[in-house]
Amino acid sequence: MKKLIYMDHAATTPLKKEVLDEMLPYMKDKFGNPSSIYSLGGQSKNAVEIAREKVANAINAKPREIFFTGGGSEADNWAIKGVAYANRNRGNHIITSKIEHHAVLHTCEYLEKQGFDVTYLDVDEYGLIDLEQLERSITDKTILISIMFANNEIGTIQPIKEIGRIAKEKGVYFHTDAVQAIGHIKIDVDELNIDLLTMAAHKFYGPKGIGALYIRQGVKIDPLISGGGQERNRRAGTENVPGIVGMGKAIELAYENFEEKNRRLTYLRNRLIEKIFEKIDYVRLNGHPTQRLPGNVNVCFEFIEGESLLLSLDMAGIAGSSGSACTSGSLEPSHVLLAIGLPHEIAHGSLRLTLGDSNTEEEIDYVVEKLVGIVARLREMSPLYEKVKEVK
Amino acid sequence: MYSEKVMDHFLNPRNVGEIEDADGIGQVGNPRCGDIMKMYLKIENGVIVDAKFKTFGCGSAIASSSMATELIKGKTIEEAMEVTNKAVAEALDGLPPIKMHCSVLAEQAIKSALLDYSKKNNVYIKGLEDFDPTEDVH
Repeated sequence: MKKLIYMDHAATTPLKKEVLDEMLPYMKDKFGNPSSIYSLGGQSKNAVEIAREKVANAINAKPREIFFTGGGSEADNWAIKGVAYANRNRGNHIITSKIEHHAVLHTCEYLEKQGFDVTYLDVDEYGLIDLEQLERSITDKTILISIMFANNEIGTIQPIKEIGRIAKEKGVYFHTDAVQAIGHIKIDVDELNIDLLTMAAHKFYGPKGIGALYIRQGVKIDPLISGGGQERNRRAGTENVPGIVGMGKAIELAYENFEEKNRRLTYLRNRLIEKIFEKIDYVRLNGHPTQRLPGNVNVCFEFIEGESLLLSLDMAGIAGSSGSACTSGSLEPSHVLLAIGLPHEIAHGSLRLTLGDSNTEEEIDYVVEKLVGIVARLREMSPLYEKVKEVK
Repeated sequence: MYSEKVMDHFLNPRNVGEIEDADGIGQVGNPRCGDIMKMYLKIENGVIVDAKFKTFGCGSAIASSSMATELIKGKTIEEAMEVTNKAVAEALDGLPPIKMHCSVLAEQAIKSALLDYSKKNNVYIKGLEDFDPTEDVH
């Protein structure tokens, strides 16, 4: 087996051919600026509006509530900074969680320096927030709750509907970073009482560099990028037309045959988890056993370090990721793994495999077979494993 | 990211294991930071006749340990004392800047094992007077 086995779909996904085919004309012949009044521009404008409708339909929003951005990080920054600045007269308190993506956490830390107060909610061993702690944290100064839909590392899905209900009752805006969820979970912004929602196309087989922020009609928010009048005066800059077209097509495809794809992915995920537990000891599953993204597997192998695991997998043609310090460029392991209560030495041995369209049952079995050998080899080398063997 | 030599020493590490009747054993690093190196030395007449290691850590930590044992095998204690972290990194055709501490850990593992030998056998080793094996290299 020489072909690459790609199991890092939470990092990014390959562009679908059907998506690329729709994008290509807008890179070549249909290159017009949507703001231009001649028909070449009008053609681009139409394409953008069709894509906007597709994105809106996917989450049961109105097209006028969808604003295209340069990706998920920009949308997170915009949602949080934009709401914070526009509602400063009402309060300066924001609630988020300890396991958010850095695009949310670092934005909140930035706002703290600007005089805002931020509450970082704890999570339990599965990565779930405590709804009572959320309710208790809300004060008359609270203007925004920002809780991710599903976690990018451990896959845990938050009780979004309950959070939305609490936010609505208390009259606080609710933003959710749904970058990992969109295209993989059905989302209805009305049913879930979501006011702002972040998405990024490259996580559902669309292009990189394009995302969107859903902003419920009536939400008070300042722009993040000032300039021209694009996106109804809320997000300046000439539209990334091919990207927008690609995002529209990709989101449409993501929700086609959704149930079937979801069932298949969940089956593969469960098979991978079961086989790992069957064949390897001293393993723990990170994240919630059932309330998790269909393609997400995150485990810790005790006594070994994640980067050496990833390098070994790479040599076997398998692409995965880890929350170990050595893979992050810092000395701290993943903030998510620490927040769910893992000790540092165990967090260093984490492996995330995220499945997608291309993965098959044979690949799952091949990966487990390789993992057995790799984990055994690294443990043989590990001074931490000696003691366990002695006890055995 | 890594040189071919680092990958070679990571995938085919030399001298992995333990020496049962080792004359000097040193352990450095800590699991919190994600790397621990344990080095075993067999010393006869002031010469390191065998060296083995066990390492919990990233690819470059394993490669640095492997290279360190290769560099000191057959050397006198004095010569082994001159194996610096720079020597380990150079022998591996370089390490990425954020991984340089792995080679520092390897140098410390050698010194820590030699310190253990010197204490057990009451032998003076020049250069170990101020060596602190618990010093944090991060």
